[in-house]
Amino acid sequence: MANHYYNSEDLGKFGNIGEYQKPLADKFFDYYGEVFKNGALTEKEKSLIALAVAHAVQCPYCIDAYSADAYEKGYSQQQMMEAVHVAAAIKGGAVLVHGVQMMNKVKEIAM
Amino acid sequence: MIKSLKVLNHNLSNADNQLSILENELPRQTAFRNKIAAFGYTALQPSGIEVFQINIGKMCNQVCKHCHVDAGPDRKEIMTIETMQLCLVAIQNPTIKTVDLTGGAPELNPNFRWFVTEIKKLGKHIIVRCNLTIILANKKFNDLPDFFKLHQVEVVSSLPSFTAQRTDSQRGDGVFNDSIKALQMLNAVGYGVANNGLILNLVYNPAGAFLPPSQAALETEYKTELFKNFGITFNSLFAITNMPISRYLDYLLVSGNYQKYMDKLIAAFNPSAINNVMCRNTISVSWDGFLYDCDFNQMLDLKVKYPAPQHLSEFNIQLLNTRNIVLKQHCYGCTAGAGSSCGGAVAI
Ligand code: SF4
Ligand code: SF4
Repeated sequence: MANHYYNSEDLGKFGNIGEYQKPLADKFFDYYGEVFKNGALTEKEKSLIALAVAHAVQCPYCIDAYSADAYEKGYSQQQMMEAVHVAAAIKGGAVLVHGVQMMNKVKEIAM
Repeated sequence: MIKSLKVLNHNLSNADNQLSILENELPRQTAFRNKIAAFGYTALQPSGIEVFQINIGKMCNQVCKHCHVDAGPDRKEIMTIETMQLCLVAIQNPTIKTVDLTGGAPELNPNFRWFVTEIKKLGKHIIVRCNLTIILANKKFNDLPDFFKLHQVEVVSSLPSFTAQRTDSQRGDGVFNDSIKALQMLNAVGYGVANNGLILNLVYNPAGAFLPPSQAALETEYKTELFKNFGITFNSLFAITNMPISRYLDYLLVSGNYQKYMDKLIAAFNPSAINNVMCRNTISVSWDGFLYDCDFNQMLDLKVKYPAPQHLSEFNIQLLNTRNIVLKQHCYGCTAGAGSSCGGAVAI
């Protein structure tokens, strides 16, 4: 084991998860491949969504992969940063909207 | 103005130094020859020479960062009229259907227009690799669209993005705006606008250390964006892979991307692209009349293999058609993904 949890080389080994459970890995990778194909949304649009979600879930592997993929597919630096802001706004909003729950509770018990 | 590697006396302006990096620096990478041998290709031979590609000079008004020719305003190598005359003899061979003029900016050769006119008299289809900005570089080039039209020349032009930022980052400040104006001038005389035989094709190549995305998706996007923003139309878009040679090799090394880029090319190896690599139906001629398997081998000074004649003065199509093509590690650039070698994606 390395003395740190994340290793960039592990991204290239993602497919190896099938070594321990092949049928489920196969199903996942088939599904993953299908999801990212052109559909009602283009492959390019899906790449930008993936970039934003990667930031929201803070997965370094996904950030690495989709920063490259979105740039390669032609998004500009500004567009990519705006996508990250969308992720940040949703995450921030998700925290703040719970403030209403806090307020509800406080109002319930406060004199 | 940025200088060429040659004028800077850069280590990579020497073809042997480039080859030494390509062949020796990453010893764990499978040799291209062994890779294709695993698919039954012990050697690669031409399918027959149909395209005669001539580099009529290394002089260019641009100094693009990725240029595999190391072209620029400071390059003085220009094909003479005597060498052009040798080309005109060679292309009389009936199997040669297309003459592909490249450079540098081929229009900077003082005998360019005479040469195009003479080639046309022989009934050949002509492609000119026009960098677009040359049309605006000087008043005397403003009528190039009309000249191209007169000779029914197919125009193939690089535009790495439909945005200024990305185009200029690769090709130089202001190149995007001038390219747009030049495309509008070509459209104005009828290029790329209708089914009138005036073909205007664009070339995409990545502005960075990565491989091109889907050619079909890019073409759709380019057509939409260029029309919406500038009213520009064109025929087809070719997505090509940058070759790890010359200035692009320098960029890869300086930016620390060399190994990763070579790994990407090898990982994207597509055996079905082997049959369609450009060198199988093309012969490449340098400004001084030497013969090469392709423009990339030309820049690496890898002349066609003996017993094929190495110079135009001994041109012999039979001997050239039976030669073994010279293959090195940069050839992975022609077999990556859909495969691309100057004409765009060639396999599915
Ligand atoms: S890529 Fe083309 S336009 Fe750019 S410097 Fe090279 S020859 Fe000139
Ligand atoms: S680099 Fe040249 S010789 Fe090598 S495969 Fe491509 S076209 Fe052929």
